[in-house]
Amino acid sequence: MLEYDWIQILVSLGLILLLAPLVGRYLAWVYQSPSLWLERGIYRLLAVDPDRELTWKEYGKVLLLSNAFFFAAGFLVLWGQALLPGNPRHLPSLSPEVAFNTAASFVTNTNWQAYAGEAQLSNLSQMLAITFLMFVGANTGMAALVAVIRGFTRTGLSTLGNFWSDFIRFFLRAFLPACFLLALIHVWQGTPQTLRSAVSAKTLEGPSQTLVVGPVASLETVKNLGTNGGGFYNANGAHPYENPTPLTNTLEFLEMGLFTFSLPFFFGRMTGRPRQGLALFVVILVLYGTGLGVVEYSEKMQNPLLAPAALSQKATALQDGGNMEGKETRLGITQTSLFSNTSLAATTGAVDAAMDSMNPLAVLVYLVHMFLNEEPGGKGVGFAGLLKEAVLAVFLAGLMVGRTPEFLGKKIESREIKLAALSLLVTPILVLCLTALSVLLPAGKSSIDNPGPHGFMEVLYAFASGNANNGSAMAGLNVSTPYYAILIGIEMLLGRFLPLLPLLALAGSLARKKRLPETAGTFRTDTPIFVVLLLGFMGLVAALTFFPPLILGPLLEHLSLLHGISF
Amino acid sequence: MKGLKGSNFQQYLRATIFFMVVCGLLYPLSVTALGGILFPFQAGGSLVKDRAGQIVGSRIIAQGFGTLRYFHPRPSAALSPDGSGPQPYDGAFSSPSNLGPANPAYIKSVTEAARAYREENGLPALTPVPVDAVTASGSGLDPDISLANALLQAPRVASARQVNPERVLALIEKTRVGPQFGLLGPPRVNVLELNLALDALTPGR
Amino acid sequence: MKSQALGGIGIHFRAIRQSVVMLNPVSLIRNPVMFTVEVGALLTTFFAVSDALHHGGQALFASVISFWLWLTILFANYAESLAEQRGKAQAESLRTTRSTVLARLVTHDGVRTVAGSSLKKWDLFLLSAGDIVPTDGEILEGAASVDESAITGESAPVIREADGDRSGVTGGTRVLAGELRVRVTANPGETFLDRMISLVEGATRQKSPNEIALTILLVGLTLIFLFVVATIPAFSAYSKITSSPTVLIALLVCLIPTTIAGLLPAIGIAGIDRAFRANVIAKSGKAVEMAGDIDLLLLDKTGTITFGNRQAVQLIPAPGVSLGELARACRLASLFDKTPEGKSTLALSESLQQGPSPIPEGLEAVAFTPQSRMSGADTPEGAFRKGSDDAMESFIGHSLPPDIKNAVSEIAESGGTPLVVSRDKTVLGLIHLKDVIKPGLLKRFERLRRMGVATVMVTGDNPLTARAIAREAGIDDFFAQAKPEDKMELIKKEQAKGRLVAMSGDGTNDAPSLAQADVALAMNSGTQAAKEAGNMVDLDSDPTKIIEVIEIGKQLLMTRGALTTFSIANDVAKYFAILPAMFIAAYPQLGVLNVMRLATPVSAVTSAIIFNALIIPALIPLALRGVRYRPLGASALLRNNLLIYGLGGILVPFLGIKLIDMVLVTLHLT
Repeated sequence: MLEYDWIQILVSLGLILLLAPLVGRYLAWVYQSPSLWLERGIYRLLAVDPDRELTWKEYGKVLLLSNAFFFAAGFLVLWGQALLPGNPRHLPSLSPEVAFNTAASFVTNTNWQAYAGEAQLSNLSQMLAITFLMFVGANTGMAALVAVIRGFTRTGLSTLGNFWSDFIRFFLRAFLPACFLLALIHVWQGTPQTLRSAVSAKTLEGPSQTLVVGPVASLETVKNLGTNGGGFYNANGAHPYENPTPLTNTLEFLEMGLFTFSLPFFFGRMTGRPRQGLALFVVILVLYGTGLGVVEYSEKMQNPLLAPAALSQKATALQDGGNMEGKETRLGITQTSLFSNTSLAATTGAVDAAMDSMNPLAVLVYLVHMFLNEEPGGKGVGFAGLLKEAVLAVFLAGLMVGRTPEFLGKKIESREIKLAALSLLVTPILVLCLTALSVLLPAGKSSIDNPGPHGFMEVLYAFASGNANNGSAMAGLNVSTPYYAILIGIEMLLGRFLPLLPLLALAGSLARKKRLPETAGTFRTDTPIFVVLLLGFMGLVAALTFFPPLILGPLLEHLSLLHGISF
Repeated sequence: MKGLKGSNFQQYLRATIFFMVVCGLLYPLSVTALGGILFPFQAGGSLVKDRAGQIVGSRIIAQGFGTLRYFHPRPSAALSPDGSGPQPYDGAFSSPSNLGPANPAYIKSVTEAARAYREENGLPALTPVPVDAVTASGSGLDPDISLANALLQAPRVASARQVNPERVLALIEKTRVGPQFGLLGPPRVNVLELNLALDALTPGR
Repeated sequence: MKSQALGGIGIHFRAIRQSVVMLNPVSLIRNPVMFTVEVGALLTTFFAVSDALHHGGQALFASVISFWLWLTILFANYAESLAEQRGKAQAESLRTTRSTVLARLVTHDGVRTVAGSSLKKWDLFLLSAGDIVPTDGEILEGAASVDESAITGESAPVIREADGDRSGVTGGTRVLAGELRVRVTANPGETFLDRMISLVEGATRQKSPNEIALTILLVGLTLIFLFVVATIPAFSAYSKITSSPTVLIALLVCLIPTTIAGLLPAIGIAGIDRAFRANVIAKSGKAVEMAGDIDLLLLDKTGTITFGNRQAVQLIPAPGVSLGELARACRLASLFDKTPEGKSTLALSESLQQGPSPIPEGLEAVAFTPQSRMSGADTPEGAFRKGSDDAMESFIGHSLPPDIKNAVSEIAESGGTPLVVSRDKTVLGLIHLKDVIKPGLLKRFERLRRMGVATVMVTGDNPLTARAIAREAGIDDFFAQAKPEDKMELIKKEQAKGRLVAMSGDGTNDAPSLAQADVALAMNSGTQAAKEAGNMVDLDSDPTKIIEVIEIGKQLLMTRGALTTFSIANDVAKYFAILPAMFIAAYPQLGVLNVMRLATPVSAVTSAIIFNALIIPALIPLALRGVRYRPLGASALLRNNLLIYGLGGILVPFLGIKLIDMVLVTLHLT
């Protein structure tokens, strides 16, 4: 690695370390201070009572129903695109299965794209369906997290707060203003923001070129800040319009990472246990940092199979080198590694390079991030998932110190374990079964683009992404077929809501419990030893669950590359 | 809770419409308005016009250059507007190649491109070719090439334009950019900008 | 039941026979993990047989695997039944005490002799010297010395008498001397002895809450691994690898947490068993487990922290009164006092008088009443009284002289109890009564503190006295001037703060608090009501036994946690044994994954499954004995256990599997 690689990594991570605690503190204020007059106005407009406390069942019901409405609205806009105004290029409507897939994808914060943005969506659809769903999907996740956190902060109560109040506070005080300001910086750096659509240019050598512009910057910031990830363009963050400079790349990295990395600090403040927040932050940072190291190493690696082409793949002062297939020159390897590792860890799913052309070790990291799906995880729900892992780790720890386990003073009993285990089951079942099905059925196999283990990785990646509500893809796989559009559409909905409801129930059960006082026999969960235990537990369960497909996918390809074997 | 009746239904509907209007219309339109006032060039897509006012392309989007007189961008895997086939450097459907590192098709295309690159630029066999010159970019619209790539193309461009290679190298030095703020991103050359500068250097033929 | 070597060889034979019986899937389904293994074993057996009948390529391998799978289940069954058999052996030795006993039943038309087993609750019966007590009962009249060695193993006879905290008799014990009229307190089959027997036999064994939670987690992991293994054939097929069903089943069995699932029932039984060896009968496993969670331990001062009786240690004469005069007054005031305090005062004053002096004529006893709160004797010389300082103040009608007042507070501050002695209205001096703290308590309470258990002493004494005693005994806190109902309030208050409270008690007035406390250890010598209210009974009637019970509870949880961690950590090595074996033939480049360098795919799979089976019997002693508990604080404890059972759990199977593989190669078995 060259000096400037280190500088870029230090600058980017330094910014996160500096800003995350501040944002965490700000978010805690958002949820702990009285309503603003504007919020009260919106409550009146929407005829909701923000003080009506909801039980976990009611909270879950409002969450599901509101999302059903958002989903339906988004679906109608996409499915009826041809009938709606704001479509100067007269693009046809999306097919019902792709419209279903897309609405499911964006309402679940996945942003899986079975369509190509610039080729298939009108500007109105990009705004009214995509931008809208990006906001509400992320907001829902954040509200769910706040409800789950209340399970730990409340004592002897059966309610978890009010969904609409949680939803609107974050939207109004953090999400919308941040998107607005950052969008302007994006425009300054070169991201288009216009209502025009296609521009025709006469190139220097003569042939004409179509340039598709539109309201890109406004979509771009909510895409990253909301850990959404679905781009305006097919190439997503690799497109020079979406991500014109290394600065926008760093900005997008921050947008993706900032809210999510701030969540442990937010948690620490909400529960009044900053050390606990810090401990969870360290867990996240270790997983994130390990991933970053492996991705950087992997993409700087020289491909032994390219020896006959006699390339210069080494990084020098004159070129970035490494695996440049599918990557952009202005970003180079290090900016790309920072971006994609963050996108995958935060389950954003935005990409600034082609995932399908990455070396296998990088893909291995991406897959593990998606399997864990909780470090730092997508807006809200990822962190809630981390709390679930903590509950299970605490259970083991409690047994090992000879005391009925407790987490933040709440006793962990069979109901909690049942709910956490239920939530834990969803990922292995969905990902493993759907992948297995698709590599057996002709409908699944016919979409695969690359031969050998790489093709297997494409399918595994697709279902890992759908389940984790990540949305990035090894895009060689043709997913606009009805088979994949419908299957992944359903998977995204299940992967979002199936683990979430047990978590809400878990919170409901914890909120009712008494808080136990700490004694010398209590196992502290904010110590290095707990960090080690939690990391070990998460790593072990994920490794044991996904070892076989990881061997037959990325590990097999990596070892084959080293042996100079192609497929 | 009585299920989805009366006021409940209305409440969800109201919320949906409210957020659709605020997020889907008010927000993007206000960014458009303010962005257009503050940064009209960038907001419009960084479009470059010639003296006649004709749009010749976007400063930050690659366009195809095939002749020897121009520097060539990186290979493009962009698709035609309906996605049915390749249409390199067209902005209607950005796309990478999506080829895996162990895919024989990938090895073959890179090897072939490297051979063509050496032939075009009159380089001896086995001259190491900069990796960015023979790999497809992530968008198919990468406007930049590495300095190493530009330097290898310079003699060929100079001889096609019959100018002193030193002047071409000086242009590369002049148009090179990055790292941004001395911190971010690798050093590189914007191909369209370099080619426009070349045209300005030797107008006509 | 003092701990004794139980069983011998016979117990193992019975356990082995029982393990075969337990192969019955209907009973095995209670343990879902082992049930999964049984389904796997049935399938591989079927493969072996059908392979042998058809072409025979895989028959040998499949039969080896199925042999070890059956063995895995048998080992797990053996662990459970061994623990059960040990309980049964103990039950058996108890049951011998319950031979057919005759009882003298009191009916409205006289006394009839009936079989002891026919007695019902509320029946009345008589006991006299030499009788075996036919069933549990409460003494209505009389007193007797009773030999309870059959139950407690303690040979010294104990006194049982009506109206007091020692009014209970237990079936199976023997009356040595005295006559008793007893009311039956338990129906046939529900007596204390019956419940003890059924408990140690495991007949009423229920899963404790933590055990249920752990089982759920284990079932969850089993489900995950089921999907992991079930999807491998599809992945393999895509990668052009054929997968053998036998190997897949072997992999599944290796992955699911068989070790902990096999040992879990044994750990639970062994926990109750360990309590039993400490002579504590827990009414449920839950009670033992709960003991490990205790935050707060309530201890009665009298009888628990101090010996039950206060001793007179010093006489302090008032100014102008000689010691001899005071001693004589004390003696006269205590002649009729039969309390331990009175007796010790008598002994002290007699020793100070150099032998008993003659007792004057016309002595008339004045007994202690709650109203007067003093006792003594009226003599022609005057009225001798002794009592607490405030009671005496109201008796003499004016406040005590300053010197006496000072001495009173000095004694009180030192933890003693001062008694003021007077003749008529003249204060003669003080008796210093002192509590004697039982030896060795300081250390035990220190140990409790390091476990995170706070101790609170409950006493009727004034706060000064209470503080002094609490300090001397090393108790964290005290609750002074407590009335019996206050104890209940204290427990409720602490429980409202989320604390788990334990206490021990013996009296009828303890019963409500015992019922309220989370862990309540009743003394076997106590009343039937106390024994009913508590959730465990100490046969030795040692109130500090609760400390041992707490450690047993912690040990029980730790053993489960440690073995679960070990079991899950084991999977890593098994993966590294089996997965390369499955894939290496098609993709030799995966050879680096065979980190153990196992000889062949067949030997690799076989070694892993053998290790998986053998680890169960290897850990049975640990499961029965329990992981050692040391009060180090939770973090240190976790670190140690993570190193031993987590890291150890990852490394040990690598060594074990490699070793088995080497043995297989040496013996040319592969």
